[in-house]
Amino acid sequence: MRTSLRGRLGGSALTLVTWLIAILFVFPLLWMLLTSFKTESAAYTDPPTLFFTPTLEQFAGILERGFLPYLGNSAFVTVMSTLAVLALGVPAAYALSISPIRQTSNALGFFLSTKMLPIVAAIIPLYVISQNVQLLDNVWALVILYTGMNLPLAVWMMRSFFLEVPKEMIEAGRIDGANLPTLLRRVILPVVAPGIAATALICVIFSWTEFFYAVNLTAARAGTVPVFLVGFITSEGLYWAQLSAAALMASLPVVIVGWFAQNHLVRGLSMGAVK
Amino acid sequence: MTSTAPAAPQATASSPVRTTTRRPAGGGWKRRAPLLPALLFTIVVTQVPFLLTVIYSFQSWNLVRPGSQHFVGFSNYVDVFADSQFRGAMLNTVLITVLCVLLSMAIGLGLALLLDRKFLGRSVVRTLLITPFLILPAAGALLWKTTMFDPTYGLLNFVLGGNTDWLSEFPLAAVMTQIIWQWTPFMTLLILAGLQAQSKEVLEAAQVDGAGRWRMFASITLPQLSRYLQLAALLGAIYIVNSFDAIYLMTQGGPGTASTNLPFYIYQRAFQGFDIGQSSAMGVIVVVLTLIVATFALRLMFRTFDVSGGVK
Repeated sequence: MRTSLRGRLGGSALTLVTWLIAILFVFPLLWMLLTSFKTESAAYTDPPTLFFTPTLEQFAGILERGFLPYLGNSAFVTVMSTLAVLALGVPAAYALSISPIRQTSNALGFFLSTKMLPIVAAIIPLYVISQNVQLLDNVWALVILYTGMNLPLAVWMMRSFFLEVPKEMIEAGRIDGANLPTLLRRVILPVVAPGIAATALICVIFSWTEFFYAVNLTAARAGTVPVFLVGFITSEGLYWAQLSAAALMASLPVVIVGWFAQNHLVRGLSMGAVK
Repeated sequence: MTSTAPAAPQATASSPVRTTTRRPAGGGWKRRAPLLPALLFTIVVTQVPFLLTVIYSFQSWNLVRPGSQHFVGFSNYVDVFADSQFRGAMLNTVLITVLCVLLSMAIGLGLALLLDRKFLGRSVVRTLLITPFLILPAAGALLWKTTMFDPTYGLLNFVLGGNTDWLSEFPLAAVMTQIIWQWTPFMTLLILAGLQAQSKEVLEAAQVDGAGRWRMFASITLPQLSRYLQLAALLGAIYIVNSFDAIYLMTQGGPGTASTNLPFYIYQRAFQGFDIGQSSAMGVIVVVLTLIVATFALRLMFRTFDVSGGVK
């Protein structure tokens, strides 16, 4: 392709436009970042202030409001459910790819179909059951539900990674007389390990951000980070800067995980259908 | 749909893998064993609650009146169908889902096309663009409600002038703005993956043949993207149909019931009205409607998610 002067100018104009759109698009988040370092009085000004003396008082404020236990609950629920998803999902994905069973397509269809059931249809019995087995406002209820929520996704996604293990490598291993554990450890695992990590990251993102179950099945004791934020809808007229700080701190872990996993995000979200 | 999807031939070519190549006879249960825990767990966690919803939907049961639980047949369903608020919520759900999916896809396509070229800071721009998707939806909703839509101090009125109370004057549009903002990054990423998977040779050949930019986009790029666009629409719909955070945190379904969708309405009936029977009946209706749509969707999906090979 020839790059004429006109073409190059057009190219840089397009680049500029892309940058402007991107900045406009994330502007609410940049504003949140800015607001979280303001005092409450600086957060409400008309016109809005761009220059101010930054303060950490809002971050101290949300810690005082008892943010840490919520953070702890989120971390616990996320880690436990992700581990459970991997423990259940990796063997299942193996059964559906490397060593496929006859009903592969039915089983995959079933997993996919569970994602289509609207969650509202399950919330009432889940509430009643949790109440009866003393799991209401208990972190374990969320661990179980988030495992159920992410498992279908993980099975699909990990299956697509397992399918990438070259068949020849497995055959060669078999011919050399390697048994299944050796094959798994030496041949299969090294190939799928990055895939398993990516799957885990996706599960972390979904568990951390889940709202519906958390808001309906937990309260003060087992509340996760999104539940903490709900506290702001009653006082939103008063604490914008603190809300911004809370929103920032609540989102930061997932934002960082997501930045690292961005290449795998699509594959996870599309349940492995797209690389 | 009948277009030249590049992955299709490849996927069909690899399908014999599943059916013929390696299937040592016997050992059926041994092979199934690794699958069973996941399958059983998923059945228990996702299907049992739904079965209970069906059972509850035939009962009159209010949580605040202990001992009120008794069988009433279809009367909950009759009540739900007579309830104009339910119909309103259904309409809102359809409206939110269709508009948000289409608009976030359109914007996503635009952004993906902009990102599908080499330029300075491309990976930074991509990272910026995906970030709204990573922010807690609850945080995003509250941010839009306060710093963007607030009538007095909100940035939207600061930029546009005037003092519109967006959330009470245009509640649906406000909620949809937040949902579109949150889902556009996902659409962008998915469509970008599609753009990068298209064959460069075809594009170059068309260029040599002197095809114009628009012509190339309409007759080569778009058909090649169709599978990705279908996938984006389906997955977007699955998630957006369940939208709850934005409505709960931004408008509480209001003013009145102007922005109430089905998830929010069922939540209200169950957790504020404590009417287990009726909200269960609504849940069942929603599931039945979803199943009808999903049957068509699944058929499409299975073409997209080629079970034997996967889209490569």
